[in-house]
Amino acid sequence: MATSPYDVAVVGAGPAGLAAAAAALAGGARVALIDAGRQPGGQYWRHRPGDLGAVADLHHDLRTFRSLVDGAAHAVKYFGHHVWTVSGSAADGFAVRSVAGDAEEEVGARSLVLAPGAYDRQVPFRSWDLPGVYTAGGAQALLKGNEVLVGRRVVVGGTGPFLLPVAAGLAARGARVVGVYEANRPAGWARHAGAVARVAAKLTEGAGYAAALARHRVPFHTRRAVVAAHGDDVVGAVTVARLDREWRVVPGSERVVECDAVAVGWGFTPQLELPLALGVATRVDADGSLVVEVDEHQRTSVPGVYVAGEACGVGGAPLAVAEGEIAGTAAAATATGTALAPVPARLRRRRRALRRFAAAMHAVHPVRDGWQTWLGDDTLVCRCEEVTAGEVRAAVDELGATDARTAKLLSRAGMGWCQGRVCGYATACLTASAPGSAPVSALDLQGVSERPIAAPISLGRLAGDAGHNGQQ
Amino acid sequence: MPTDAADVVVVGAGVVGAATAWYAARSGRSVTVVDRGSVAGGTTGAGEGNILVSDKPPGAELDLARLSSGLWRELAVEVGGFEYDAKGGLVVASTPAGFDTLVSLAASQRDTGVETVVVPAGELAEHEPHLTPSLAGGVLYPGDAQVQPMLAAARLLRAARAKGAQVRTGVEVTGFLRSGGRVTGVRTSAGDLPAGAIVNAAGTWGGEVASLAGVDVPVLPRRGFILVTEPLPRIVRHKVYAAEYVADVASDDADLQTSPVVEGTEAGTILIGASRERVGYDRTLSVRVLRALAAQAVALFPVLAGVQVIRAYRGFRPYCPDHLPVIGPDPRAPGLYHACGHEGAGIGLAAATGRLIAQLIDGEDPDLDVTPYRPERFEA
Repeated sequence: MATSPYDVAVVGAGPAGLAAAAAALAGGARVALIDAGRQPGGQYWRHRPGDLGAVADLHHDLRTFRSLVDGAAHAVKYFGHHVWTVSGSAADGFAVRSVAGDAEEEVGARSLVLAPGAYDRQVPFRSWDLPGVYTAGGAQALLKGNEVLVGRRVVVGGTGPFLLPVAAGLAARGARVVGVYEANRPAGWARHAGAVARVAAKLTEGAGYAAALARHRVPFHTRRAVVAAHGDDVVGAVTVARLDREWRVVPGSERVVECDAVAVGWGFTPQLELPLALGVATRVDADGSLVVEVDEHQRTSVPGVYVAGEACGVGGAPLAVAEGEIAGTAAAATATGTALAPVPARLRRRRRALRRFAAAMHAVHPVRDGWQTWLGDDTLVCRCEEVTAGEVRAAVDELGATDARTAKLLSRAGMGWCQGRVCGYATACLTASAPGSAPVSALDLQGVSERPIAAPISLGRLAGDAGHNGQQ
Repeated sequence: MPTDAADVVVVGAGVVGAATAWYAARSGRSVTVVDRGSVAGGTTGAGEGNILVSDKPPGAELDLARLSSGLWRELAVEVGGFEYDAKGGLVVASTPAGFDTLVSLAASQRDTGVETVVVPAGELAEHEPHLTPSLAGGVLYPGDAQVQPMLAAARLLRAARAKGAQVRTGVEVTGFLRSGGRVTGVRTSAGDLPAGAIVNAAGTWGGEVASLAGVDVPVLPRRGFILVTEPLPRIVRHKVYAAEYVADVASDDADLQTSPVVEGTEAGTILIGASRERVGYDRTLSVRVLRALAAQAVALFPVLAGVQVIRAYRGFRPYCPDHLPVIGPDPRAPGLYHACGHEGAGIGLAAATGRLIAQLIDGEDPDLDVTPYRPERFEA
């Protein structure tokens, strides 16, 4: 690249990206802030354009949001830009290429902060492809972004603390939340009291949601899960069941619960396509997710590339903000050629405490292999390509796939529109649990997380001017 | 030979190793396949699955391709389950001069028995309705076919297992067992595997396996990218490519060459190639290459301009300096056979390669004289 118009390009304008942009600006850098959304906030602070007030009651810590938006005010914003690839190096500069409506944009920068966030992790269950079955994050996004309720009688299920704000939000806006079915037993928190007590705000947040659920008389069940959905054209009911320690259904415990919508979430999967495209080192985190290895300054193994937020390990918005601030500061120093100062003790302590909290959260909310016993051979795993659990198992048992990538290529699970974002985790687990397969490794997850084309781009757009000539 | 020895150890569980294992197991040999990775995890899993006679001028490679395309037709019945599609290839020329060259190439191919149909510009739309109208003409090759390459390898290995073969993935060959000048097995990360014959079917990594046996086989990686579109109703019926592709395949240039190759698949996606460059094992996405591929595809099929690309992948073709594969026994290391270096034609040539190697191991007369592919041909 001949010139780099920006010192720092920040991809992602959620909690981590906003904090990174604000910190990089404070460090004297020229900053580009790029996000697929039309306004800042990411999934966490999602809202309608210019209308945060209408959904303020659904949000947490809006003061932080407003101060980060102010801090990032002087960044050049590329909103509504879907990044399809990143490339380059610290020596030659980086290029972030995105598609926005009808145009392709290339942003050059000396250093990069990637804050891509995460999306709901899904495990398949019978008839989960029925209309009316939503991810917990999807249900919340509709609520925060559009003030739309996914249904009138809603079942919330899965595992993790995120189920609580989703249920509370739905109830606050008038949905009858028939029940929250948490597959784990969060009483296990007691064992992690140390980690939790250090993050009093997080604890208060949880208590607040619990109180909200009690106020709306939402029953909270533990060690129970939604194991099947029922309905002809849309979901009309679900089967919930009690689970044993390994998440196998306790025989005779199944109950049918009527509902017109289901919201399920099993933790989160970090979006790693952009970091992986640059070849950064990764590891498997405590929750089984592939995450980016970063050092004290949120530096990756690739010089000039910083990663902050969920992509370094799912840990929630406050941790993402702390990591973003550290990453933005370091990226600005690198780009402007100033010496890198030690991370301030305040941020170091905060990041450490929040990471301990996240580790405790993952320990209390694991996803156990028993979910695989809920599936029939005809249960869809990959919805885009309509690949069933039986077909994934056949790729392993009959065709000799011993890793997730091979299972994917032999069964087509994960080769459709979503490129495995929905089914990659399930396919990797189904492959790894077969006899003769190794446990899910970083390499396995990398095989289902690499997406050299990070967002669809039309051939004409990709071709550039030459493509338009071809159309004549 | 120790009593627990296999007749044949095949190094490489790609499509060439799979075909070799199948033909050897079918002729009653005990076979063990080892691969340091997974089934079809190397170049096999990164190709389009072409079985082509159209892109080869008369000579040793076309002879091999013709034998192989007949064998694949048989395998589709005997083994099956790998989306064999005899869809035919359509080669198009953009200039009258290019069309002349193409027509004379087709005439020389026809003399060797390849079926060819010259298609004047005005009739191209009957075969491919969405082609740009600005072409000078084309040649249709009804003998070109396609398989899903990973399924092909996996199904052949499964069929070989049904005949007693063993497939051991995640096992890396670290050296060779020797008795005098002869190789008598392989050392692996999971112990020694003695064998009467060892087949080097390690594809792009065939040179490294050969060097473990102390012999030189010059196989080098030649990178290629493929773009994959969203699934669509069938709008591209054949494998369609530009006449320049034939010249690119034969080029000795290390620099980037791209020529448009466009085809639909059973899954509804359209695959777009083909690029060739010698950059070692660099896995980085090259935006320049992707742009060139997209531009050429849109030039051939203007309707594709609005179609979304959802995936891109890259692979490394096992390339030999004279563009011919290495097939046959190695006189420098008796007991060792090579079946590698097929460049971009490995899927297509796999069936013939496996068959010839099995015949050579059995001491039969091979279906084809393998002299042109002999491994020692590169010795100065």
